[in-house]
Formats: sequence, structure tokens, C-alpha cells
Amino acid sequence: MNRSSGTKKKKNRLPVLAQAGPVSVWMILFVTLPLLFIIYVSFMTRGTFGGIEYTFSTESYRTILDPMYFSVILKSLKVAAVTTILCLLFGYPLAYFIARKPPETASKLIMLLMIPFWTNGMMRLNAWMLFFQVNGPVNYVLTHLGIVEKPVMFLYTDWLVNIGLFTNMLPFAVLPMYSSIEKLQKSLLEASSDLGADPVRTFLKVTLPLTFPGIFSAIILTFIPALGTYTVTDMLGGGKVLYIGNIIKNQFGTIRNWPLGAALSVLLLVITALLIFIYSRFAGIEDMEVV
Amino acid sequence: MTEQNLKRVRKKRRLAFLADLYAVLMYTLFYIPVAVMIVFSFNDAKRNYSWEGFTTGWYGKLFSFSNTTLWDALVYSLIIAVLATVISTVIGVLGGIGLKKFEFRTKKFINMMIYVPIIVPEIVLAVAMLIIFITVGIKMGMGTILIGHCTFCIPYAVVTIKGRISGDNETLEEASMDLGANRIQTFVRVTIPSIMPGIMSAAFLSFTLSIDDVVMSNMLAGASQSTLPVLILSLNRTGLSGDVNALTTVMIVCMVAGLLVQSLIRRLISKRRAKEGALLPQEEG
Repeated sequence: MNRSSGTKKKKNRLPVLAQAGPVSVWMILFVTLPLLFIIYVSFMTRGTFGGIEYTFSTESYRTILDPMYFSVILKSLKVAAVTTILCLLFGYPLAYFIARKPPETASKLIMLLMIPFWTNGMMRLNAWMLFFQVNGPVNYVLTHLGIVEKPVMFLYTDWLVNIGLFTNMLPFAVLPMYSSIEKLQKSLLEASSDLGADPVRTFLKVTLPLTFPGIFSAIILTFIPALGTYTVTDMLGGGKVLYIGNIIKNQFGTIRNWPLGAALSVLLLVITALLIFIYSRFAGIEDMEVV
Repeated sequence: MTEQNLKRVRKKRRLAFLADLYAVLMYTLFYIPVAVMIVFSFNDAKRNYSWEGFTTGWYGKLFSFSNTTLWDALVYSLIIAVLATVISTVIGVLGGIGLKKFEFRTKKFINMMIYVPIIVPEIVLAVAMLIIFITVGIKMGMGTILIGHCTFCIPYAVVTIKGRISGDNETLEEASMDLGANRIQTFVRVTIPSIMPGIMSAAFLSFTLSIDDVVMSNMLAGASQSTLPVLILSLNRTGLSGDVNALTTVMIVCMVAGLLVQSLIRRLISKRRAKEGALLPQEEG
């Protein structure tokens, strides 16, 4: 197979160009170049009226270390970590549940998992606001059951942002873990229990290690988007809750400090690259179940 | 012994019940926002701050087309989503096949680049594009939004297609060429039909990603028209009115209906094929 495609290549490059050409050009033009340029810009000076002044400076990176920005970065990292842990804790059992169903039921359950995500994402976040607002159903139940005296102010808190992030990311944690668990051979589990391991031990020693690629995909697919979000914080935080994403976005709106926005983006890139590097130590990136 | 077995069965049943309960609770969590969104499209209040009573008035208002801001945003979103779907599916399908079938020097690099838009936070790519577009002097608007959308749709299309190509495809293609079809004939009449389900899901995925996108649409819009999600994001500050809920309810109903029709058609086709297969002698061994 390899040899034949090798000789094909030498004979005629046209099919390669026609098929792999457009995607290559697109990715280089709109992914590679912009990302290289943003790294370059992050080392430039902020223009007086916004924009970029092309003189070298590390000012943006020093600004990041300023306690005001640094605390936001730490908070974003913390919230993203909490979201990821919640997604793993709640997602793994659900993924396991789905994977143990017969294939037909499982694919229906997966479909059922995705349908809510065809509703407008902003409206889904808005719905959480309606659900938790002062006159909303949650407060109605809480006050009528006498759990709280006055309605709780859920809106515009980190707590609600967490709920929004958790519910938005959960399916993307479930999917890769599901396909990992689904691939797990039942015979291995049976072997483990035949050899005298109790279910807990089997889970810890066989299931968990073998499904680790799925778990790590889930970590990447929840942690990184959660870290970079600005829409969830914008909608549910009402502009009062700021994470890295909001700060980056603001540099290109009202504040107009492009190099700072670029530097913060580079920070996100570095964190992403670090996670991918760890992932690539024990699984190929192409094994990551993204769709 | 039987006593023990009975105990075991009971324990198993209890566990299965708990598992079912857990799944139901989790699915409830996923459907709460959808339910709330639909319920509040029937809310008789000027702004959706509290429940004021039942009305179907918002649907009437929606389909009187008086809220042009909303409809303009929807039409704009739909145009972009359709264009992004077509462009991404064509480039993604070609690319998926090309990257799977051929070996070339930059293949590893391109494969890596394909995963970048999927993994890197969208805001980073949006900002990177914004800076380079402004520096180069490209005017922000529909074109730039479209480029942004395609940049994250193409990778998903490529990954979807790559997942659908197997050794069987190569055998089929070789057979086609052996029988005298040229490359283009083989591509159009053998390769494409054999990965049609993959193409459909790539297109569907691109459409849903594009129509729901906020980050690229917001950052790369310039002073042009807002897409629907961006409009909702900006209206959210002042409180949304029920017609937005009504519109998004209509949209999800259309999506689900489309899905049902599609699966119905698929079932009919496979039934007919099964029938034909039963009538015809088996051709393939």
C-alpha cells in the first residue's frame, strides 16, 4: 500500500495538490501565519492610540505579572480546573453508563446528549440565568420550602459561571471517555475478576488505566475551552466576572492594548501546548476523539 | 447458594436502578436550559425577568416580521453558515482524503495544524486573525467572519472524513481504475459515494458550529451586521424579550424535525435496498 502510493506520488503530483493543497494553504494562511504574527506582536510596544508600534519590548509580559492581571489568570486557571474536575467526576460514570448499553441504544443516548447543543448557545446560557434569577424557579422552590428566607442572588457570580461552564463542557468530556470505554474489551474485565480482583480493584487497575487516553482527551477538551472562554463569563457574569478571555477581548475593544492581548493569547497557547505535549507522551494526537 | 444468588441479583438490580437514576438526572441537567428557553418563549412579560403568565403572543410578533433586527441577524447567520458549510465541506472532504491517502513532506505539519483550531481557545485564533487582517488591510465584515468560521469548520470536516476512510475505499478505487475509469471518474463515482455518510456528517457539523459561533463572529465582524448569537449576547445586557426565545425555539424544532426526516429517509432507503438485495442474486462474495 505504501509503496504503491509512493510510486503514485512520483508519477503525478497533481492529485496530491488537488486534494491536500486547499486545506494546506488554508491552514498555513489562516492558522500558522496569524499565530506566528501574534507571537511577534506580543513582543512589540503598544501604540499611543491603540494598534502596534514596531519596537521590541517585553512590557506586555511584565504587565501580565502585575498582581491585577496575575490574579485574574490564577482565578481563570482555578475555575477551568474546577470545571474539568467536575466534568470528569460526573462525566465518567455517564460515559460508562452509555458505553455499557447495546450499540443501538448507546448511539441514541449519544444523540440525545448532543441535541441540546443545537439550541443557540447564548440562549442556553440565558436560560440558566432565567432558571437561577431572583424570581426564577430555583429561588421559588428554595424560598417556598423555607430553605432560605430571601431569594439568593445567583446571578453575576463565579458560582453561576461555573454552572454554565460545567454544563457546556460536560458532553465534550463524555464523548471521548465514552469511546475509550466502549473500546475496552470486556474479556479483560472478566479476566481481572476471574483472577480474583473485586470490582473496585478491577476498575482501578484495569478500566481506569486503559481508558486514560479518553480521560486525558476529556481534560484537554474541557480545560482549554473553559480557560479561554469569554462568552460564558459575559453572559452569566454580567461583565462583573472577568477571566483571561474577557481581558484578551477587551484589549481589542475598549482598552486597545494589542500587545497585551497578544501576550495573554500567547500564554493560552503555551498552556495548550504544554497539555498537548503531556498528552503526546502516552497517546498520539490523532487518537484524540474530537468529533 | 440460591440465597446468595438471590442477594446478588438484588444487589445488581439495585445498582442498575441507581445507574439509571443517575443517567436520568444528568440528562435532565442537559435539558433544563432547553426547557427553560422554550417555556419562556410563552412568557407574557415585556422582558424575561420573571414569569408573568402564558401567552403565544411572541410567536405572533415574531412572524409579523416587525422585529427586523432579529430577522436580519438570523438571515445573516444563515447565509454565513450555508457558505461556511459548503466551503468547509469541499475543502475538508478533499483534504481528509488527501491527508489519508497520500504521503508528502509537509503532511505531518499540516496534520498538526488541523488540530490547532480544534484545541486552541477560539479567542486566541480570532484575535490572531483580527491583528493580521487589520495589519494587512483587509476590511472586516462578512468575508472575514466567513474565513474565521471556515478555519474551525474545515478541521472538523477533515477529522470526520479521515475517520470514515478505510482500506475498503482503496480496494474499490483500485477496482474502478482497473476497470478503466480515470482518476476524476473514480473520485466522483466511487470515492465520493463511498464516504457519503461522512460527508453528510461533516456538513452537518460545520453548519451547527457556524450558526452557533460567537467568538469569531464577534471579533471579526468589524462594524458590519451582527450574527444572531452576537446579537443575543449584546441584547442580554438589557434583558431579552420573548421573541428571541420564540425564534430559537422554532430553530431547534426545525433542527430536530430535520433530523427525524433524515433518519426516516435513511431507514426507507435501507429497507428498499434490503428488498432489492433479496430479489437480486448476491453479487459480492
